Amino acid sequence: MTRRGFIAAAGASAAGEAAHAQEHGHSHDHQAVPSDLALRTKALESLLVEKGLVDRAALDALVDTYEHKIGPRNGARVVAHAWVDPAYKRRLLADANAAIAELGIPTGLQGENMLALENTPKIHNLVVCTLCSCYPWPVLGLPPVWYKSAPYRSRAVIDPRGVLAEFGLQLAGDVEVRVWDSTAELRYLVLPERPAGSENMTEDQLAALVTRDSMVGVAKVAL
Amino acid sequence: MNGVHDMGGMHGMGPIQPEKNEPVFHSPWESRVFALSRALGAWRKWNLDSSRHQRELIPPAEYLRMSYYEKWVTALIEQLVNSGLVTRAEIDSGKRARGSAKAAPPLTADKVPALIANGAPAVRNISVSPRFKTGERVRARNMHPIGHTRLVRYARGKQGTIERDHGVFVFPDSNAHFQGEKPQHVYSVRFAARELWGEQASPRDAVYIDLWDDYLEPA
Repeated sequence: MTRRGFIAAAGASAAGEAAHAQEHGHSHDHQAVPSDLALRTKALESLLVEKGLVDRAALDALVDTYEHKIGPRNGARVVAHAWVDPAYKRRLLADANAAIAELGIPTGLQGENMLALENTPKIHNLVVCTLCSCYPWPVLGLPPVWYKSAPYRSRAVIDPRGVLAEFGLQLAGDVEVRVWDSTAELRYLVLPERPAGSENMTEDQLAALVTRDSMVGVAKVAL
Repeated sequence: MNGVHDMGGMHGMGPIQPEKNEPVFHSPWESRVFALSRALGAWRKWNLDSSRHQRELIPPAEYLRMSYYEKWVTALIEQLVNSGLVTRAEIDSGKRARGSAKAAPPLTADKVPALIANGAPAVRNISVSPRFKTGERVRARNMHPIGHTRLVRYARGKQGTIERDHGVFVFPDSNAHFQGEKPQHVYSVRFAARELWGEQASPRDAVYIDLWDDYLEPA
């Protein structure tokens, strides 16, 4: 591929830029000079639409879903419900897909086969994908950059305690650390420990405490 | 392939850099690359495993330099050309080839909710005998295929215990190369951290790796 070709094509379609921004409800203003990648992607999308290979409205729907509808609040609802309902927790640990679906959260794309891992005072679970970026989208949304990046992918398996310390979590020597490398199509949700002092909180209040990082296993839930 | 993507256990990659209040996408082009990848997948010209392999084929220095979605768009263009959906000339010019017919996109906006809700299961509901039982000691094979594999390098030749049988799944090593799904059992295999990393590791810790039957032999 030639970059010049992309840029030339992007220039030709630059007039559509303002209309596009308006149409999708986002502004490109923060990029004073569009990056090479932005231009290449715009040219590619225009070509694919022109060829009838993609439907622009479908692209918008995909982006909207992962920007606004699917994210770690889903996982937080699952965790909070498991904390207040011991029977639900048992179902979650036995069949995560069915239990997550009970709350009206579909476990589809990149969550077809979910497993919940319970953290306890003696067992700490940590999830990684050393080979790429596998992550439980239905409950956590798309992964943050650090999860997909070389420092985390390389070290989580060889030095999990060092990684956790980098996130500010020091584990005692008698805690067993279990690292789960997502090499297949299983997707893992960590069920963090319920924090002490949260006994009188409502399920919604508990859900608000649950962080994305605690459901990956790089943090505990704090009050 | 023994590529740089297989980074479990490597040193020198620097500190982890979490970002506070990180947006889902850092720039609109990233969101478009993400959506294009999903939408084009609906043509079924490639699969999840071949897509991963295409990204692994990015040369190591480039792989480490590129941002996540730069890798995605680079691999996506290769897949578009390799599959014949788009020609290299069209990519270079940004223009549809003269006289080529306009297609109808398989993924329209109304089908997006079903795509997300149903996903693309890699489980196959067929009867295949498992080669190993829960609790059995196994060794990850010492193999170095030049094609796609999900057998991480750091586990090869190491011994572990079958913790759980996940059921029958598509086999990435053949599926990535369009050589069939070869469905077989996948297991969660527990490896003691010391088996993988030696005395420097905590005697309590373990790494659980999901491995297919063809990656394992009796220990």
